[in-house]
Amino acid sequence: MKIGFRLNGAETTVDVTPMARLLDVLREDLRLTGSKEGCGEGECGACTVLIDGKAVNSCLVPVVQVRGASVKTVEGLAEDGRLHPVQQAFIDHGGAQCGICTPGFVVAAAELLERDPNPDAVTIREALAGNLCRCTGYQKIVDSVARTLASAEEAGR
Amino acid sequence: MAGASTHSPHIGSGFVRADGPAKVTGAALYVDDVRPDDCLYGATVRSPVARGRLLGLKKDPAFDWSDVVIATADDIPGENVVALMTDDQPVLATGELRHVTEPVALIAAPSRDKALAAVRHVEVLYEALEPLFDPTESATSPIRIFGDDNVFSRLEMVHGDGLDALGRAESAGAKVITGTYTVGLQEQLYIECQGMIATPRDDGGVTIFGSMQCPFYIVKALKRVLGHEKLNVVQAVTGGGFGGKEEYPSMVAAHAAVLALKTGRPVKLIYRRDEDLQATTKRHPAIMTYSTAVDPETGELQAASVDLLFDGGAYNTLSPVVLSRAILHALGPYAVPHVKLDALMVATHTPPNGAFRGFGAPQVMFAAERHMDRIARELDLDPIALRRANLYRDGDVTPSGQTLFDVASIEVLDRALEAAEKPLPPSLVPTRPGGGQAAGRRASGRGVAIAWHGCGFTGNGEAALKGKADVSLDGDRVVIHTASTDIGQGTDSIFPAIVADVLGIDVERVSNAPHDTADVPDSGPTVASRTAMVVGGVVKQGAEKLLAALRAEVGLGDEADFDTLLAARKSDATLRVRAEYEDKGAQWDPETYQGDAYPTYGWSCMVVDAEIDTDTGEVLYRRLVQATDVGKALNPVLAAGQLEGGALQGLGYATSEAVVLDAQRRMRNDRLTNYIIPTTLDAPPMETVLVEFPFADGPFGAKGIGEIPHDVPAPAVAAAIEQATGAVLDTLPMTPEAVLAALEAMEAGEGAA
Amino acid sequence: MMTSQAPVHTPASIAEALSLRAAHPEAWLLAGGTDIMVYLEAHAIDPPGFIDLWQVADLRGIDAGADHIRIGACTDYTAIIDDADCQKHLPTLVEAARTVGARQIQNRGTIGGNIANASPAGDTMPVLLALDAIVELQSEKRGLRSVPLADFYTGYKRTVMAADELIAFVRIPKPSAADRLHFRKVGTRMAQSISKVVLGGRLRFDGDTVSEARLGWGSVAATPVRSTIAEQMLVGKPLSAQSISDAVAALAGDITPIDDVRSTADYRKSVARRILRSWLETLAG
Repeated sequence: MKIGFRLNGAETTVDVTPMARLLDVLREDLRLTGSKEGCGEGECGACTVLIDGKAVNSCLVPVVQVRGASVKTVEGLAEDGRLHPVQQAFIDHGGAQCGICTPGFVVAAAELLERDPNPDAVTIREALAGNLCRCTGYQKIVDSVARTLASAEEAGR
Repeated sequence: MAGASTHSPHIGSGFVRADGPAKVTGAALYVDDVRPDDCLYGATVRSPVARGRLLGLKKDPAFDWSDVVIATADDIPGENVVALMTDDQPVLATGELRHVTEPVALIAAPSRDKALAAVRHVEVLYEALEPLFDPTESATSPIRIFGDDNVFSRLEMVHGDGLDALGRAESAGAKVITGTYTVGLQEQLYIECQGMIATPRDDGGVTIFGSMQCPFYIVKALKRVLGHEKLNVVQAVTGGGFGGKEEYPSMVAAHAAVLALKTGRPVKLIYRRDEDLQATTKRHPAIMTYSTAVDPETGELQAASVDLLFDGGAYNTLSPVVLSRAILHALGPYAVPHVKLDALMVATHTPPNGAFRGFGAPQVMFAAERHMDRIARELDLDPIALRRANLYRDGDVTPSGQTLFDVASIEVLDRALEAAEKPLPPSLVPTRPGGGQAAGRRASGRGVAIAWHGCGFTGNGEAALKGKADVSLDGDRVVIHTASTDIGQGTDSIFPAIVADVLGIDVERVSNAPHDTADVPDSGPTVASRTAMVVGGVVKQGAEKLLAALRAEVGLGDEADFDTLLAARKSDATLRVRAEYEDKGAQWDPETYQGDAYPTYGWSCMVVDAEIDTDTGEVLYRRLVQATDVGKALNPVLAAGQLEGGALQGLGYATSEAVVLDAQRRMRNDRLTNYIIPTTLDAPPMETVLVEFPFADGPFGAKGIGEIPHDVPAPAVAAAIEQATGAVLDTLPMTPEAVLAALEAMEAGEGAA
Repeated sequence: MMTSQAPVHTPASIAEALSLRAAHPEAWLLAGGTDIMVYLEAHAIDPPGFIDLWQVADLRGIDAGADHIRIGACTDYTAIIDDADCQKHLPTLVEAARTVGARQIQNRGTIGGNIANASPAGDTMPVLLALDAIVELQSEKRGLRSVPLADFYTGYKRTVMAADELIAFVRIPKPSAADRLHFRKVGTRMAQSISKVVLGGRLRFDGDTVSEARLGWGSVAATPVRSTIAEQMLVGKPLSAQSISDAVAALAGDITPIDDVRSTADYRKSVARRILRSWLETLAG
C-alpha cells in the first residue's frame, strides 16, 4: 500500500504493508535509525517521534495511520545545521550517557517545550515518564530540560 | 608536563562528552542501526526445560525452510565452549540441557521475521530429568551440575582470633546478635538489548561488531570456538552494560560467528527484549547469615562470623570472582578485629548469573547494613552513632590484613547528613498521578547507609593482566588506542581529556581509535570500576611517553611545549607509543585471602527520604542525597551522572525489581511492562556531593566510581521503611506486597496484644 | 517485530465505518493502536483484517450538554486531560487519564479503545463505572443504542457489542454538587504502570445520608466491576465506623482477584479493602 506523509518537512511516500510499525518503516525502509527500539510495546519511549506535533511511540503506530500526517523524528529536530536547544542542553548538562534512550527523550522533551517553554521539574518529570533511562537516574535529564530555555537565551546573546 | 601551554586544564572541569552530538541527533550507530549488504538475520533455539537429555530437533514440515539455515553444535569449527574462567559452558548444548533458555541451535534467515518464525517452528526434543533448584541443597545433592559437589567456589577468611572469637567475646560480656538476610535476582536492563553482527573475512576468519564491554573476552572465547585466531572484534556504540555486557556477549558473538561461517554471509543477531530477559545473566541471589559480638554499651563491634551462600546458576561464568568481591566486602565499611567469613557459590539448574554493577558487593552490603540496623535496634543504640563508632579510619586494618589509607568514611557520612539537613524545595518532588495523596496514609522515614567499595581488580589482578594502552601522533592530532569501551560512562571523553592535559593541548585534538582488537592492545575488560582509575593511569603514562618520545626525536627539552615539538619534527611519520600497567607492588595471597585486596577503596553515604503508603505498602521516594568519595572528579558532570544512575538502579533493586520465575525457572515477567524499573516519577530528586580523597596511584588522584552508588541505596530504603513504620524488612526486593505483609503482621500483633 | 500482513480498511466517516463493519465483521477495529500493536508484537492475535477508525473525525471530540458530557470513542486521553469541561465536571476521569501509560500513550490511546479492549485493568473503567457512564453503540442496520457500562462486559475480554457494531460515544452524566468523587490507582510504579488495583468511587449525599453509592474496580475480577454488595452497605445511612467496616467486609463478596505475574490475589484483596476504608474514613472526617 502506498502511504504518503511529511517526514521531517519533506513529502515522503512509502510502499509498505499498512500494519507495518512506523518504527520499522523509519528504520528499515527509510534508514532513519535515530529512533530506537527498546521494548516493542510502548514502555521505554526510545522510539518516540512526533506525529502532528504530538509525542508517540512509533513502535505502536501502524504506518497506515500516518497518511497525510506530519512526522518528525530525532533526525529532524535540528534545523539549518543548528541543534534544537534541548539537544544542546542534553550535551551541556549531562543528559546523555549511553545514548540509546536519548533520541526518545529529546523528542519527548521537544514536545513539552513546545507547549511549555519553561517547565518546572515536576512538569518535566510527568512529561518524560514515558521514557525509560537506566544510566542517569534522570536528574541530569530533568536538569537538561529545565535549563534549555536559559541555555538557549544565553547562547542567543 | 609542557610548561609553555596557556590552555586551561580539562580535568576537573565539566567538559562536554565527545559523543554528545552524535547521541542527541540519532547519528550514533548502535549495532541494530547497521545493516551490512546481503546480511542474514540470526535467531536462537533454546531449551524449554530446566534439565533434560537432549534428543534432537524436530522441524515443522509445514513450514517453508527453503531459505532458512539451521546450525547446531556440529557446525562449530573449533571447540564447543564459551571460554571464560572454566570450560563448563557450551556454545550450543549437546547431551544434557542444564537450564531453561540454554541455546540449542541457531537459525539464519533473510529477514528477522522469518528467523523468529523459524524458531517457533523448531521443537526441541528432550527427556526431562529431575532439576536441582534449591541452592541450600546444591552442595549435598546427588544431582550433579558442576564438578564433584556443585561448588563453583568456596572461600574462607579468618582474621584475628576469628575462629572462636564470638564465644570468647560473649563470655566477656558482649552481646551476640544474629540475623539472616536474603536477596533475589536483579536484571541489568540496559535499554539496548544484546546484539552482534558477524561478517566473514576474506581470510576465512570473521569480524565481530556489536554491543559489548570487553572486546578481548570475545577474542579469547572465539579463538577456541573457531579453532584459529583469524578474527577481530569491534565495539559498536553500546546502549548500556552494567556488567550485563561483560561476559554474555561472548555467547552472542560465538553464535553469530558460527552462522556467518556456515552461510558465508554477514549475520545480524539482535535479541528481542523477552529473549534478553529470559536468557541472559542476572545479579546473583544470596542468603547471608551474620553473627556479631557487640559491646552493649558502646556498640563497638568485637567479633563477627558470616556465612554467605550465592546461587551461580547452571554455569560458572564469573561467579568465583563475584564471590571473591562479596567476601571481601562482607562486613561493610566497619572495623571488626576478629572475623571468620565463609562463602559458597553453588550451581543450580537456573540460567547462569553473572556480572552486574557491584559484583557481589550490593548483596553483602545490604546484609551488612541491615545487620547494623539490627544491632542498633536490639541494643537500643542510635543507628548513625553506631556506624560512626565503627567506621574504618585511616590506618585501620581490614579482614584481609590490608591497612587502609585515603579513608573518606567519616567525611562522606558528615557531608551527606549535612546536605540532607537543608530543606528540599517541595516543587522538586514529583507528584503522583492517580491519587492517594492523603497525608494520613503516608508515613515518612529517612534511612542512612554507608558503603565502601574496592576499586579495580581484586588482589594482584592488575599486575597479572598488565593492561596496555597506545597513544599515537597522526599529523597534529593525537589518537588513543585502548580496548576500554564507552558504555555510557564517558570513557571516550575522559581519556582524551587526560591526554590533552598531559600534552597541554585542546581536547578537540585528541580522539579515540575505534575499539577494534585488530588495532588496540588489550587494556583489560571494562569492569570493576577500573577503567578511569587503572586504564586512565596507563593512558596518562602513554601520553607522557609520547611527549618524551617527541622530545627525544626533535632533541628539545622540557621547556618546549607540544606544538613547538611538533613544529620541530622533520618527519611526519606516525609516532605510536605503548604504555603498560606498572606493578605497584601490591601483596596478595590468593590462597589465604590475605594482603592488599584492592588498590584503594571508595566511600559513599546514601540518605534516602521516603514515604510509605500504609494502605498499599508502596515506597515513594522523596529525595536521595549521597556523598561519595571519587578520589578526584575527572569530570564532575560525568561523575555525578554515574553516581546518580547507580543510585537509581539501587532503588530499583530495593523495591521494584522482582524477577518472577516459572516452574522451569524461566523469567515470567520478561517485558518492560512487568519487570519494573523506575520512571522519572519514581526517581527522587537527587543531590550528589563529590568528596575528593585522592588516590596516589590514580590519574590525577581518581578512584573508581562505577559501582559504589549501587551498593547501599537498598539498605538505606529498608532503614527508611523501618523508621517510618517500624516494619523490619531483611529481604530484597521490598515490593509493595512484602511491605504490606510486614505492616499487616505488625497490625495483627498489635491487635493481639 | 512481526508485521501483520492483514488488509486495513480506512473509512473517513462514521457511515463509511459502519458499512465496512457490516461488510467485514471478522475485521478488528483499530483506534490508537496502543493495545493492538502490543498484542501483534507478542503474537497474541492474528486478525484477518482491520478497520482503522483513526481518521474518522466524527468519532472524536468532547461535547458538554446540560446533564451529560459526551466523548467521542476515538478521543485520546490527552484531549480529555486538557479539556476544560472534563476538568470541571469529571475530575476523576481526568485524573485516571493522567495515569494511563505516560504522555506518548495518552497522546494515542482512546477512551473507546480502552472500553472495547475490555481489559480488567483498564485505568478509566472504574471511574466510568462510578459515574454511571453509558456506552453508545452504533451499527448500520440498527443505528444507535445505549448500554450502561455496568452491563457492557459479559466475561473476561467479552462484551455485549455485536459484530456489526462499534463504540461511537461514551456519555457520562455530570456529577451533582452532592457527589463525592474518588480515584485511586495502585500500580508498581507511578507511570507506565498496569494497575494491580484501581478504585473509582462516587458517593451522593442527601444531608448526612448516603443516597447513592458507586464503587468501580479494576484488576480485581475478570472484568471491570462494581462492588454492589459493598455499595448497599453504605446506602440509606450516614457514613459511620460501622457502615464503613460493613462495606469493607462486604468487598470479599464482590471481587475475585487472582495471582498473576504482577501481584497476588491476597495483596489485591487487602489493598482493595484498605484503599476503600481510607477513602471512606477521609469522607467521614
